[in-house]
This record gives sequence, C-alpha cells and structure tokens, in this order.
Amino acid sequence: MFTYAAKRILMTLPIMIGVSLVCFLLVHLAPGDPLISVLPPDASQSIKDQLMVLYGFDRPYYEQFLRWLVRAVQGDLGTSIRTGRPVAGEIFKAVGNTLMIATLATFIGFVLGTFFGFVAGYFRGTWLDKGASAAAVFGVSVPHYWLGMILVIVFSVHLGWLPPTGAGPGGSEDWRWNWVHIQHLILPAVTMSVIPMGIIARTVRALVAEILSQEFIAGLRAKGLPEFGVFRHVVKNVAPTSLAVMGIQLGYLLGGSILIETVFSWPGTGLLLNDAIFQRDLPLLQGTILVLAMFFVALNLAVDVFQSALDPRIQRA
Amino acid sequence: MSAILAGEPAPVPIVRSPGYWVTVLRRFSRDPFAVIAALVVLGLIAMAVFAPWLAPQDPLQGMSLRRLRPPGSEGYPLGTDELGRDMLSRLIYGARISLFMGIVPVFAALVVGATIGIVAGYVGGWTNTVLMRTMDVFFAFPSVLLAVALAGALGPGILNSMLALTLVFVPPIARVAESVTTGVRTRDYVEAAKASGAGAFIIIRKQVLGNVLGPIFVYAMSLIAVCMILASGLSFLGLGVKPPMPDWGLMLNTLRTAIYTQPLLCALPGLMIFITSISFNLMTDGLRSAMDIKA
Repeated sequence: MFTYAAKRILMTLPIMIGVSLVCFLLVHLAPGDPLISVLPPDASQSIKDQLMVLYGFDRPYYEQFLRWLVRAVQGDLGTSIRTGRPVAGEIFKAVGNTLMIATLATFIGFVLGTFFGFVAGYFRGTWLDKGASAAAVFGVSVPHYWLGMILVIVFSVHLGWLPPTGAGPGGSEDWRWNWVHIQHLILPAVTMSVIPMGIIARTVRALVAEILSQEFIAGLRAKGLPEFGVFRHVVKNVAPTSLAVMGIQLGYLLGGSILIETVFSWPGTGLLLNDAIFQRDLPLLQGTILVLAMFFVALNLAVDVFQSALDPRIQRA
Repeated sequence: MSAILAGEPAPVPIVRSPGYWVTVLRRFSRDPFAVIAALVVLGLIAMAVFAPWLAPQDPLQGMSLRRLRPPGSEGYPLGTDELGRDMLSRLIYGARISLFMGIVPVFAALVVGATIGIVAGYVGGWTNTVLMRTMDVFFAFPSVLLAVALAGALGPGILNSMLALTLVFVPPIARVAESVTTGVRTRDYVEAAKASGAGAFIIIRKQVLGNVLGPIFVYAMSLIAVCMILASGLSFLGLGVKPPMPDWGLMLNTLRTAIYTQPLLCALPGLMIFITSISFNLMTDGLRSAMDIKA
C-alpha cells in the first residue's frame, strides 16, 4: 500500500513539472505585448522598458520559467497586472467559492448518478432501465451553460424563488452560511451536477450489469443469500470505481467551472479566468491555470491511492 | 459404411457470411433510438448544407424596428433576435459553423492522435514512454480548462478555437489508440507477418490498422458531442466565433440580455446544441453496441 502510494507520488512529479511548463508556455504563446493591457498606446519606450524589467519579461524564457516555478512553489504567483494585488491571494479567495459549488455538485451528481445507475443496471432492458439511462444521456449531452439559463428562466424569472446571479445579496462576495447566501448556491450547484450525474450513472450501470452476470453472484443466490445480501456484494464491487469516477469528476468541475460561473456570475476561479483572459492579465491567467491544473493532478493522485486502498487488486495490475 | 463411401459427397451448403459492416448495420438498425438519432444527425447536416435554400431570410440582415419579437410573430416563426434578425434563418445558418466546429476538430485530432497512439503502441519501448508521458501531461488538464486556456492564449477566433479543441482531443484519442494497438501487437497474425519478413510500415497498414481503427473511430465519434458542447461553450464565452456570424453558442451569449423579456427566444439556440449533442451520443451508443466494443 505505502510503496504503491510512494511510487505513484514519484510518478506524479514529472507530470507536475510538465504541467507547469505547459502553463508557462501557454501564456507566452499569446500574441502581442504582455503589457498591452496596462500601458496606454502612446506610452514612451522608456516606461515600457521599465515595466518589462519590473515584471521580468525582458529575461530569456528559461530564466523566466525557472524564476516563476521557484516562486510558485513558495506560494508566490506574482502580482496581477490589472489590479496590482498578489495573484495567489486573488486565487485563494476564488478557489473557496468554486470548491463550494463543485463539491456540492459532485455530491448531488454522485447520489443521483449511483441511484440511476443501480436502477438501470438491476432492471436491464426494462422501462426502468430506459428511463434511468435517458437521465444519464441527458446529463452527458446537455450543454450545462444552457441548462443554467433555463433554470434561471424557470426559477428566477418565472417563479421568483431563487436569485439568478451572484454569491450573495447585492453582489456581495462575503460568504456566510445563512439562507440568503445558500439560496445563491442552489442553481449553480444543481446545474453543474448534471455532468457527474450522467457520467456516474453510465459507469455504475455498466458495472452493475457486469457484476450481476458474474458467476459468484449466481453462487451467492444459489446458496440462498437473500437479495439484500447479494446487493451488498454488488455495492462493494461497484464502490472503488464509482468513487474514483466521482473524485475525477470533482477535478473536472473545478477546472471547468468557467462556463457555469459566467452564467451565474459566481465569483470563483472560472470568473477569475474569464477576467484574466479578456483583460490579458498574464500573471493572473498563468497562476489560475496552474492552480486548477495542480488541483486536478493532486486529485487524480489521491483517487488512485484511495482506490488501491479500497481494491488491492489494482496494485498488481 | 460402404454405402456412405460409395455415394457422392453431399454438397456442403454454402452460407455466405454477410460481411462485417452489413452485420453492424443490421444490428444498428434494430436500435430505434440510434436510428432516430442518426436520422436527426443527417437532417442537421442537410440543414447546414442547404441553409441558403431553407432559410426564409438573410441571417445577417437586421432591422431595429423589429427587435426581439417573440416566436410565432407574423413573418418570423421563431421570432427575431436582439438586432432584429430572423431567428429561424439564424438557427438554420448556425448549423453550418456549429457542426463544423463540433466535427472538424475531432477528425483532426483523430488523425494526429491515432498516429501517435498507433506508433507508440506498435513500436513500444522508449518511443512509447516519451510519446505517452507527453500525452499524460496534457491529460493532466481538465478538458474545459485546457480548451479555454488555449483559446484564451491564442486569442478569440474560429481557427484558434478549433486548434485549441483539436489539441484537447489528441491525448485521449492517442491513449485509446495506444491501448488497442498494444493489445493487437502481440497477436499471432502480427507475429506471422513479422516472421514472413514484412516491414513495420506494411504490418501497421495491413495487420494493425484494420483491427484498431474501428474502436478508435467509435471513441472519436463519442467525442463529437463533447466537442459540440465545448465549441459552443467557447463561442458562448466570446472565445470562438465572432459576431455577426450565426453560431448557436454565440447566439446564446448575445441573447442572454433578453432572458427577462424573451426567455423562450434565448433558450432556442441552446436547444439546437442539445438536440445535436444528444443525437450524436445516442448514435454513437448504438454504433458501439452494434460493433460490440466495450467501454
């Protein structure tokens, strides 16, 4: 177990370095002057040069990369060109907000997805299966940003039950655990949850159907185990894979929250990314992508180790 | 005994095997959802191709006097958008760029990814390690994040976002291609070809390709729905198609301001994206089970 975990962590290091290199190159791929967003078009050359030196854009790429990497490891992601505030602080504030909707969405998606998946897998070929599978196909096919708009139309515009945008009354970004704030959480989280719901339902359906067709299930039934006991065996066999899918989905939602956050003006990393792109704020863009990608890598690692702890057969493969 | 020997050998009844693709098509046609989905896809493609003949009006010609008419208005069966352009015509024309951006990146990624994966899987060793670990790095990004980051870095535009989407889909296709090819590489018929002196290129073309392209192709097909949603998403964010071009994702974005006044109107472009992606998904599901490909 521990040797496997150690091996997995060692294997992740080169990936992490690769990921940070990609983040760095991505931003330097951007055509145009990196300072274009802060400088007035008639700025003199000497001011331009000064700023280039200040942000370190005058140095060779490999040096910029190494400096950036060393600082990033120490928790310093530079300062935002637009606001002049430290990037790490901006991201830290936003990550909490995104984590909140992503975690809630993953939870809702997992509960609904396993339910639909079990129903479909157990009653394969019946109308129950068709209904549950339809829900799963809906989840993986619906453009979630559009679903968000539909939910806003129904629950905010028509019924007036829930607020359409923001994370608090009057656009406040100060999160508190009270009903007024939680109301703002519901629509984005529900919208987001359809993606993991669909994917988990499909995975669980295939797993349940496969496990039910195995001989040990027939054996359990033959020895007279009540159906609930058989069900427990199925659950135990489905758990490692479906929990792993859930973990990876959380990572996808964290990194892919930009569309939902744009629809709901939710002040998370997605909205930050959106601002960084359209204002060409390179340090902020670089930092946000790096943090989100690292989250994803770390989550994948955690999922692998956790899965192998649940199901020791994986280590041997 | 002798009677049997003496008689003419009974003619063996010749049953011609109908062939692989005929079998697949026959099995596919037994799944009603898949058939309907395939027909919808064909219909959408036809709509894109024949848009100039189908659209009742010019999709770009607006008039400020008739802005945001609701669906069912006289002369505008699906209403007009925020600049007074006919919604029906824009939705029909929108199929062109939306389908294009949903399909082309996947095919481009199929060519690149399959090549990388097959070479990595067939050659193995260091080539495999280098190629696949590079893919792993890109795999370490959530797909939406990678697409947005690439499109954002390259700058808005159709070409840039298609490039970004292609790069997003290369690693997953390469991974599938690599794993199928690795499975085929040690089969007896490949060994036999090697023993008879065939070169790597010929073996890949004659022995490997035929056995791996099916699963890779079906996997790539399943990515079209994802690509549609992502491409429209990029346009929705303002990173893809630029106005005034009619694209479903972009229309969803520009009509957002009308969400309080004409909610039905601003739901229409998204409905088109949804219909397209669900049809591609159901069609691929049917194809996958008809070809008996797992996962």
